[in-house]
Amino acid sequence: MASNAPPPPPAVRSAGPPAPPTGPTRRTGRARRPGTGPRHGRGDRAALALMLGVPALLVVGLVWLPAMATVLLSFTRWDGIGGLETIEWIGVQNYTDAFTIYPPFEPALRNNLVWLVVLFTVPTLLGMFLAVLLDREMRGGSVYRSIFYLPVVLSLALIGFVWQLIYSRDQGLLNAFLALVSDAPAVDWFGNPDINLYAVLVAAGWRHTGYIMLLYLAGLKAVDPSLREAAAIDGAGPVRTFTRVVFPALLPVNLVVVVVTVIDALRAFDIVWIINRGRNGLELISALVTSNVIGEASRVGFGSALAVVMLVISLVFIVVYVSTMLRGAHR
Amino acid sequence: MHHRPPGPPGLRRRALLGGLAGAGTLLALPGLAGCGTGSRDDPTVVTMASNRANPAQRVAVEESLGLYEAASGRTVEVNTFDSTSFQESVNNYLQGTPDDVIGWFAGYRMRFFAERGLISDVSDVWSRRFEGAFTDQVRSLCTAPDGRQYMVPDSTAPWAVFHRRSVFERHGYEVPATREEFVALCERMRADGLEPLASGIREGWPAMGMFDHLNLRLNGPEFHLELLDGDHSWDSSEVRSVFGAWAELLPHHQPDPLGRGINEAQTALVRGEAGMMLCGMFITHVFPEGEDLDDLDCFAFPEFDPEIGADVVEAPIDGFMVSGDPRNAEGAHELLGHLGSLEAQEIYTAIDPQALPTHLDAGTGGFSPLDAKVNDMVASAGALTQYMDRDTRPDFASVVMIPALQRFLRQPDDIADLTDTIQRQKLSIFGR
Amino acid sequence: MTATTLPESPDREARSPAPGRPARRRIRPARALLHAFLVVTALAWLFPVLWAVVNSFRDYDYTALHGYLSLGGFTLDNYADAWTQGELPGYFLNSLVITVPAVLLTLFLSSCAAFVLSSYSRRFNLVMLAVFLAANLLPPQALLVPLFRLYNAIPLPYWISESGSLYDSHLGVVLIHTAFQIGFCTFVLSNFMKAMPTSLLEAARVDGATVFQQYRKVVLPLCRPSLAALATLLVTWIYNDFFWALALLSSGDKLPITTALQNLQSAFFVDYNLLSAGSVIVALPTLVVFFVLQRHFVAGLTLGASKG
Repeated sequence: MASNAPPPPPAVRSAGPPAPPTGPTRRTGRARRPGTGPRHGRGDRAALALMLGVPALLVVGLVWLPAMATVLLSFTRWDGIGGLETIEWIGVQNYTDAFTIYPPFEPALRNNLVWLVVLFTVPTLLGMFLAVLLDREMRGGSVYRSIFYLPVVLSLALIGFVWQLIYSRDQGLLNAFLALVSDAPAVDWFGNPDINLYAVLVAAGWRHTGYIMLLYLAGLKAVDPSLREAAAIDGAGPVRTFTRVVFPALLPVNLVVVVVTVIDALRAFDIVWIINRGRNGLELISALVTSNVIGEASRVGFGSALAVVMLVISLVFIVVYVSTMLRGAHR
Repeated sequence: MHHRPPGPPGLRRRALLGGLAGAGTLLALPGLAGCGTGSRDDPTVVTMASNRANPAQRVAVEESLGLYEAASGRTVEVNTFDSTSFQESVNNYLQGTPDDVIGWFAGYRMRFFAERGLISDVSDVWSRRFEGAFTDQVRSLCTAPDGRQYMVPDSTAPWAVFHRRSVFERHGYEVPATREEFVALCERMRADGLEPLASGIREGWPAMGMFDHLNLRLNGPEFHLELLDGDHSWDSSEVRSVFGAWAELLPHHQPDPLGRGINEAQTALVRGEAGMMLCGMFITHVFPEGEDLDDLDCFAFPEFDPEIGADVVEAPIDGFMVSGDPRNAEGAHELLGHLGSLEAQEIYTAIDPQALPTHLDAGTGGFSPLDAKVNDMVASAGALTQYMDRDTRPDFASVVMIPALQRFLRQPDDIADLTDTIQRQKLSIFGR
Repeated sequence: MTATTLPESPDREARSPAPGRPARRRIRPARALLHAFLVVTALAWLFPVLWAVVNSFRDYDYTALHGYLSLGGFTLDNYADAWTQGELPGYFLNSLVITVPAVLLTLFLSSCAAFVLSSYSRRFNLVMLAVFLAANLLPPQALLVPLFRLYNAIPLPYWISESGSLYDSHLGVVLIHTAFQIGFCTFVLSNFMKAMPTSLLEAARVDGATVFQQYRKVVLPLCRPSLAALATLLVTWIYNDFFWALALLSSGDKLPITTALQNLQSAFFVDYNLLSAGSVIVALPTLVVFFVLQRHFVAGLTLGASKG
């Protein structure tokens, strides 16, 4: 998960009856009648404008405008220094370069895809499995839950470091252990480009699992109990109950999990940056953008083009996510 | 991505921790941050950004500045940055509100800042104080294309092949002068159970050292500098021969360099597990003072082509510049004059183990045998270069060359494709 | 948090379809197996963290000599050293200066926005929510350069930021965190607020309360559980961030602790034990917050669900 918020755990909607407000439903449909809000005095209107306007200004000004500026910059050659007059417009040259002559680009896309597939299969399934196991009365249930969720609370930089203790070629635990039990030569977990991505994915998955587990736990809680009762009465065993009854009812959660996993895979950055700045097998789009933009390289135009690629791919899923969430909120 | 790793490993833990604070603590000088208003317009205060962050360097800087403050009556506020992070954020830093005096190094980047007006012309300091104080070579390295000087140099930390004298004596090794002798030595070391060449390329930039030296020895300094300036094709036979020669040397290096950081490789030398290492003088930070440090010795990278010889030295030069719009211009220029002076250089280089003075008149009396040897190498060098990431465009060095060199280390056989890839990227970056 | 899925859930292990007749003897082995599995998995889960903690108590010279698979060389020095000489208190302070205002500002602004959005016309409501939510998901790398230029261009008085602009100031980092997190928080809070009975607001309005007073006196107190949950999540996310601080701060002494640790690690990875101690210290605040407030973490994720 990126260092700023992970894609937010959404408000998990129940699969059963649409989320009704707990209180008495609005008796006055006042808010429902479009356009006829309650009458407000001047002061109130100003207050409302401010209350919405200030956050909106912040979000638009600090997020959306820079995003659009980045799109514009992707068509330039610029080193970020000097006034705007030093910007040189070069059309889609950056994109062509990225796709044709930039060696880390293709590995980065591939690695992001691998990241997605792996995160999707192992941690997601494991998280779901753990959630199902823990979704019952049991002694120490909350302890287990805390333990599995713990990596989510740690910063990714920390996680990268903690796993280095295990993976380091010369000083790591894994190689020390292997040396004890076998004659195999030391494995270069982080330096060998064929395996380092997977080594890192173990660490990333370790974190992702806890997160997914919690999402499913929340979702399972919201499943209508009567569905399960009905299944039990019909004689369904636990597995059948889960696959035929519970899982389909978890559809909204599943959707959310898909989107969260995808966005996470796209934004994965911290761990690989910590380890080796995203090189030599650990290329990821986010790291490529950062290494082009931050630092002496300062290839702002080119880095922006890479960032736009990230943006475009993200936007597809963001649209899916937002519309899912809002459809739920709409009810 | 810079060859000045700010600290030693756990062998000197205090020093190491000082580095923890080294992410930029103010030295304890008056005029604290937060109430900067006072110092902004104060002619008695000069602000300085120092990228010399490891403990020995901080002490050295402090000493040197103490001398200046006593002599001039001004105060210097120092902002110390971890070297690597500073290099990464320097563009943003210079465009923000930089300090008056900034520690940096000679080479392409300095010239680039000069062209963009991010640093000030300090030719007046040169003409006033430094006529004849430095070699022409050094002077030209501090000069921008417009003919004016923008930097005052103070020290250099050259590269060489380092080894432990005791190891050589114990096994009866002799310092190799030519490629054949070098390879033979490597083979002997391997047979004796040592790793001939320590190698840690996880950070990427250390690989440039080997490329540079091979290029210098096979193709000469003019070709090397022109190549880095974008004047030659990377797909040329000369460049390919460099990679070919490197491929032949690879078996003599420590295996799996890509997962090993440079500090770990240096540690292998300290522990006597490796016989030699091509490295910069900053390796002295890793050797514990005393017996170990005294045991450190070096020799010039051997000759590969008798017509070219082995007298070109990679000697990255460090110095100071003045920001483009300093708050205290007069004070800044004065401080620069001090930092480049013989006195300051001698004080600084006496404390910082990796640094050698660049001043022509610097006395060699206080030098250790290692220092003296390296100093001789530099003094008698036919030409001086700065290291790839200082001699060429940084976007080329970090974004193109580091991945390319790491790729070479993984797959040393497909040289033609590698150089072709590099050349295509170089065309798009340099534009020619 | 109790399992509220079923009032008396037929134990999943029970093969007999008839509820209410849990064959107790048949359940034990399966339950035991479950616990065994969970215990083993939990231990494996904790292992990397435990390993770091164990090594943080070991002397580096000892492990360098004997390797890490040995026992011995235990010491508290690493912690003492990391704390004092590493000057961690200063960095903690920076983290505090960034995290607390960011969390408070985010909660305040998003609750204001949520209040407005939950009371008015649908379409605009949805558009704004979409704007907010999507902003939360954009990759931060994509925004870096324009943001940097923007920050440099915004002047600030020197008593707020000694760099004279938003760049290299704590305020700048606080603002970007706020901007990024507002989306998610607004969404969650607006769901929560929509579920509130309008009678309360009506009553307040009838009493002559202004909009802001309605917000402050009626809505905000009711949102407390939601706010608490969000606060715990936000603290973790913002404290653990290192990208924004890395990008928008250039003075080493302003860095928050997570970024400072990363800088350290890039140079000193050889002494793993010391770095482990440093890492444990850095992780402590989030761990404390987590354990004390874990109920809220879970609640935070179920916000907006019907049982809110």
